[in-house]
Parts: sequence; C-alpha cells; structure tokens
Amino acid sequence: MKFWLTALAIVLAAAGVSVSGVNEYFFFAAFVVLTYVVLATAWNILGGYAGYVNFGTSAFFGLGAYTAVVLFKWLGAPLAVQIAAGAAMGGLLGFGVGMLTLRLRGIFFAIATVAVIFIMETLMINWRYVGGATGLQLLRPEAMAPFGSYTRMLFLVMTLMAVAAVALARYVQTSWIGRGLRAIRDSEEAAEASGVPTLRLKLVACVISGALMGAAGAPMPMYLSFIEPASTFSLNYAIGALAAPMIGGTTHWLGPLIGALLLVSLQQIVTVTISNEINVLVVGVLLVAFVVLAPEGILGFFKRWLRASSR
Amino acid sequence: MAESLLKVSGVSKHFGGFTALSGVSLDITPGERFGLIGPNGSGKTTLINCISGLLRNDAGSIRFQGEDISALPAYQRTRKGIARSFQVPRPFHTMSVLENLLVPSAYVVHMTDAEGEAQAMEILGGMGLAGKARLHANQLSQVELRKLELARAMAAKPKLLISDEAMAGLSGSEVDEVLAILFKLNQSGITIIMIEHIMQAVMRFSQRVVCLDAGRIICEGTPASIVKNPDVQKAYLGA
Amino acid sequence: MAFSFDLLTEAVLFGVLLGCFYAAVSIGLSVSFGLLDVPNVAHPAIMVLGSYCTYVVASYGLDPILAGVVLMPVFFVLGILVYRFYYESFEKRGSEAGVRGLAFFFGIAFIVEVGLSLVFGVDQRTVQAGYIGSSLALGEYRIPYRMLVAFGVALVLTFALTLYLSRTFTGRAIKAVAQDESALRLMGVNPVRIKQWAFGIATGASALAGAMLIIIGPVEPAVDRLYIGRTFSVVVLAGLGSMTGTLAAGLILGVSESIVLMFFGASWAPAVAFGLLLVVLGIRPQGLFGR
Repeated sequence: MKFWLTALAIVLAAAGVSVSGVNEYFFFAAFVVLTYVVLATAWNILGGYAGYVNFGTSAFFGLGAYTAVVLFKWLGAPLAVQIAAGAAMGGLLGFGVGMLTLRLRGIFFAIATVAVIFIMETLMINWRYVGGATGLQLLRPEAMAPFGSYTRMLFLVMTLMAVAAVALARYVQTSWIGRGLRAIRDSEEAAEASGVPTLRLKLVACVISGALMGAAGAPMPMYLSFIEPASTFSLNYAIGALAAPMIGGTTHWLGPLIGALLLVSLQQIVTVTISNEINVLVVGVLLVAFVVLAPEGILGFFKRWLRASSR
Repeated sequence: MAESLLKVSGVSKHFGGFTALSGVSLDITPGERFGLIGPNGSGKTTLINCISGLLRNDAGSIRFQGEDISALPAYQRTRKGIARSFQVPRPFHTMSVLENLLVPSAYVVHMTDAEGEAQAMEILGGMGLAGKARLHANQLSQVELRKLELARAMAAKPKLLISDEAMAGLSGSEVDEVLAILFKLNQSGITIIMIEHIMQAVMRFSQRVVCLDAGRIICEGTPASIVKNPDVQKAYLGA
Repeated sequence: MAFSFDLLTEAVLFGVLLGCFYAAVSIGLSVSFGLLDVPNVAHPAIMVLGSYCTYVVASYGLDPILAGVVLMPVFFVLGILVYRFYYESFEKRGSEAGVRGLAFFFGIAFIVEVGLSLVFGVDQRTVQAGYIGSSLALGEYRIPYRMLVAFGVALVLTFALTLYLSRTFTGRAIKAVAQDESALRLMGVNPVRIKQWAFGIATGASALAGAMLIIIGPVEPAVDRLYIGRTFSVVVLAGLGSMTGTLAAGLILGVSESIVLMFFGASWAPAVAFGLLLVVLGIRPQGLFGR
C-alpha cells in the first residue's frame, strides 16, 4: 500500500511540475534520467534477479525507437500506440534472443546480446525508409493543452513509464517468479533439480526485460525530433543500463532506481560543468569501482533494513 | 515381482569420443534401499545426471513408474517424483536455509509460502537443522550443508531420492547422522538410491548393490556378495 | 556489384590475408577465454590500446612492426597485473563473481575506449612505413603489401604460440590448467601462476596484433566494438581452446567478410562477424574443434 501511495504522489507531483513554470532544461534532463530508470529496471529483471548479464540493451531500445518511427511515418500513430508497439517488438526480440542463447553459459549470452546490437544497427543503416545511415527528421505533433511543450508531455509519459516499470519489477521480485529467478542465479542446476522450469522462467524474464526496453525507446525519436542509427544504438545505453543496477544494487527493485537517478544526474552535472567526453568515462569508472569494491551496490549498505521491510 | 519404480534400460552416454556410460540397466523396486558404488570416474554421477535429467542419455530408455521420462527436462522429472542431492552441495546461497526449501515446495508441490514453511520446519526438525532455519546457506558447516541438500530434496516430496555421495569427507559420527536420516526417510516410504565411497555405510544401508566401472555394470547383488566379488576388488584396487 | 569470378577471386585472396590477421588477433582471446575461462571482453580494447601505443612509438621513427614487438613485454606485464587484479577481486570469490567479472571487463573496455578518445580524439590514426601504400602485382590482382606483412606476422605469431603451448613445459601447463587444475596442483605447479603467465602472454600477443591492426588500416577508439564481434566469433567458431581451430575460423570469417564487402558494400560487412557468431551459437555452440 505504501508503495502505491508513493507512486501516486510521484505521478501527481510530476503532473504538477509539467504544467508549472519550471525551466525547460529540467524536462530535457529529467527525460533522460527517467529513460535510464526504465532501462536499468528492465535490465535488472534479467541481469540482477536471474544473473544473466545482458549487454544488448541498445538493441532493444533502438528497436523500440525505430518501431515508433515506422508507425509514426506510416500511420501517423499516436505516442501511446508507438510505445505499445515498441514494447511488443522489444518483447519479441527478447523471446528470440532468449531462445537462441539462454541455453548457453553467461558470457556467451552476453556476447550474443552485443551481436544483436550490431546486427540491428546494420539493418537500420541499410533501410532507406527510416533514413538509413543519415537518419530521419521527424515533425512532432503539436503539444496538447495543458502542456506548454511536447517535451513536458514526454516527461510526464516517461514518469508514468518509470513508475510502471518499477512496479512490474517489484511484482516480479516478490512473486514466486522472483524466487525461481533467484534460485536460477544462485545455482541453475540445483534450481532445475528443485522443479524450477529454468528455461521458461529465463524466457519470461527476457521478454519482460526486452519489452520494457523497447517501450523506453519509443518516445526517444519524438524527444529528439530526429533518429539515426549510430546514436540510437549507442553502447552508452547498454553500459548505463548495466552500470546503474551494479551501482545501486541488483537484488532489489530499489537498486536500479537509485543507481539510475544518481548515475545519470551525475552525468548531466559533469556534462554541463566539465565536458561531454568525461561524463562517459564516469560511467565506466564508477562501474568498475562498484563492481570491485562494493559488489552489493549502494543497497548493500542498507541490507539489514531491507530484509526487515520485505517480510 | 513388484512393479519397478525406476527402470533404466541400456542407457549410454558419450562426451565427444569418451564413453561415460555403456548399456547400463537398473531395476529399482518401490521402497528399496539401493546402493551404487564404483571407483572415481566410473560414471556414477553421469548416470544420476541422466536419471534426474540434467543430461540426456544418448541411447536406451529411462522409465519411472512405467512412464518413459527420457525426453523430459529435469524440472519435470522432479515433479514426477525424482529428487537428488548434489555431490558438491549447491545451496541457494543468497537465501536462508528455510527459503532454500521453499523453492521446491513452491515449484514441485505447489504449496503456498505458509504451507511450505510449515513443511520445511518439519523436515529441518527431523534433521536437527531447525535452529538454523533463518541462517544463510553460506553460514553452515560442511555436514549441515549435506543435510540441507537432503532436506531440499525432501521438500519436493519425492518418491525416489538419489543421494550423491552425501557422506564424502565426513567424520564417523557425522556419517552415522546422515545415515540415520536416510534410514528414517526410507522408513516413511521413500525409495533411496545411495551413491557412496564409504563402504561401511553402503553395506549397512543397502539391500542391493550395483558396482559400476568405466561406464559398465560389472556386478550386482547383496552387499555381502559384492564385497567378495573379485571384479569389484580389481576395479577399486587395480589388477 | 556485378558478379564476376575475377572479383570473387580477389575477394577470396584478400579474405585469406584478412582471415589470418583475424586469427592472430583472436589467439590471445583463445588463450584467455578459451583456455583460462576469463570472460575477457576487454581483449579487443587492449588490442586497440596496442595500436595507439604503436602509433606513439612509431612516431619516434621506429618501424611499426618493431614497435609492436617492443611493446610486447610491456603488455605482458600489463596482462599479469590485470589478471592478478581480476583474480583477487573475482575468481577467488567463487562463482557468484561470474556476472561481476564480466561487468568488470566491460567496464575496462569502456574505460580504455573512452580514455583513448580523450587522449587522441576520435579522428583516425595511421602509421607510415615503406610497405604501406604500395601493392604487389600478382598476375591480374593487386595485393597491398601491408596486407602481406600483416599476414606474415600473423602466421608467425600463430605458429609461435601454438608451438609454445605444445612443446614447452609452461605451455603444456597452460593447457593442463584448462583441463584439470587440481591435478596440476598435485604436480607441484601453482595454477594461479600459470594462469597469470598465460594471460600475460595473451595480452603481449595483443600488442603485436594492435600493431598489425594499425598497419592494415586507420584506427579509431571505437574500432574495438567491431573486434568484439570478430574475435569472439572466431574463438567460438573455432571451439574453445583450439589453436588450429582459431586459424581455420579466422580464415572462414575473413573470406566471408571480404566477399560481403565486395558484393554488398561496406555497410553490411560489420554484421558478418556478429551474424556468424549468432549462427554458431545457435547451431553448434561448441564450435568446429571444441572440447
């Protein structure tokens, strides 16, 4: 109950902010932060709960973005439909990749997911309908009242998506699915021997994760008014989605949330104060630092409080 | 002749050019206490993996309660009633002892958490682990880990329990402890296949023993006859 | 592009040379991942680091190949340090560390790549040498000398490593540690020392591979991403731990990529390695010569 009340409060607050006089830059930055909250939360369902490191976030994200573009260009589809379609395509890709690679060991799965990024990117580079390598300009629809700009509306949409993603992760974590995934992560063979349908559960995690990532990608073309392969499939999404949970903590839905909020906010600050290149380095350094020094992430410091509250 | 619980017929398994099992056949009757011995590398764990489903046998068939399970994935075989412990204990190390048992009770027996907890405490009590229920698996001693393996297998309410070298490396009194647990389980109606190196445990426990060497069964009979068998002695001690 | 046997032959020729180079680049990974089971996805990034170091050393007038050879002992030490760090932080802590070890190497790869772009910028860098720029005329076909040089060095490197692994004591110990670590321990050999040494050798080989890379063509920091696909598809196609397989797999990749490049264009060529990787993982994950 506490969770849903907090979630409602957040949504209402976001709605309030989006029609207020706050500086436009806030919405630009917040949109990015919220995107990573969704990506990190999605990543953690497979990577944190089940222990399968997915390095292909960019593929799912990019697929969602291009799906949105295709629907927008072909049918003039509204944002909600774009997001739903992005989720569907992301889920489908998750299923496909899962079927292909989940039978293999962890590192093969990780490398295969990198492969998917490049293959998707190559496909889009060679597809003229979506602009090929040079990309496509997009004309955003008019912002609906009461929003002052389209970006403000996107901010609210992303807030809703982030809340939904976290709620979904929370459900997976506390349900019987979550226990099965944890068993898989701790010892896949013992899990299988204990009656856990390991392949099936891993596929479920893959599909949910992929769908969320695809959904997160769908608003991006509207946000930028532009799409092109290199930046859409940028590895920055892959490493950010992986770093945030590693920093925040991988065993609980709070981890990716905290990690994404901290990491991306820090990145925004660094970009504005120091330089754009350094901010990318920050991710790598923090990832390595946390993985080596604080494997349980920030949440590890609050472990005892968490164990008491999740009973 | 009692209908067999587990019927392994002509099972073979190869790994590349290496033959781990060749034409292995077993017939286990319900309620039996069955011992499986053999020197290191003879294929005992491979056979167990084929029976429990972690590996697929290349030839032959495996029937459980009359049904051919050779094509079923491992988790479905557990749901049919075959449970196993692992030679090197594989606890779910981020979970408590209690939560370890909740996995099979939820996934095999489809109990709610409350029911599963009650059952788990009962099983743990029977093994002397009740006091450790809330501890994490990585805080247990070696013998406690072995008992956890058996407890977790038990939480799946199996008809057949395969114990893979549960007593390896344990002291004399610890061996007795684990043996007593296995006896008690058998008395409650569970068929048990015991794989062991500790001869005195196998002798005391088994009604029938089979000896495996280089992937083949070289001898089958009562414990007393097995020990005297020259082939068995040769397999263990060399020619 | 219209199909002709002449073009096909040229593509195949080029592909063979390229493939041998890919094999040499992947040999280090074959050792560190194939034999030692270290999830070293930073391998291509270290190789690109080698390219840039070669660039720096060569700017003092040294021939690039020589620069690469000079860098090998430096990278050898680097490899030992990296492995030591990895071992202390991850391998020692057991299987739970598998995920984190992988994330660690991804992080390292990222740091190396971004570090290089911070220091050198994102423009492409090249080196100069007598054999770069001119081609050998072989009947109808022109073969760039730089490809021949890389091919030669690659062959030497591959054979040297294969011989080392099969003829010397340490080499065989490396292969043994992949198969049965405890047996090695019983023989009085410290497996950690061996693995450390092997990782050092793999990294040293990467230095020379990096030199070849910048000889073959211009290099930029992001090029390691392409090579993640190439090296892993070679190693997986070969079968983990197989040295001869690495050569065969490298050739297969090189020729396939060259043909695609010739007939379908440069925008499709990068996908070949990754596509091949997915196909192999899907159909025959143990590769051609896998254990």
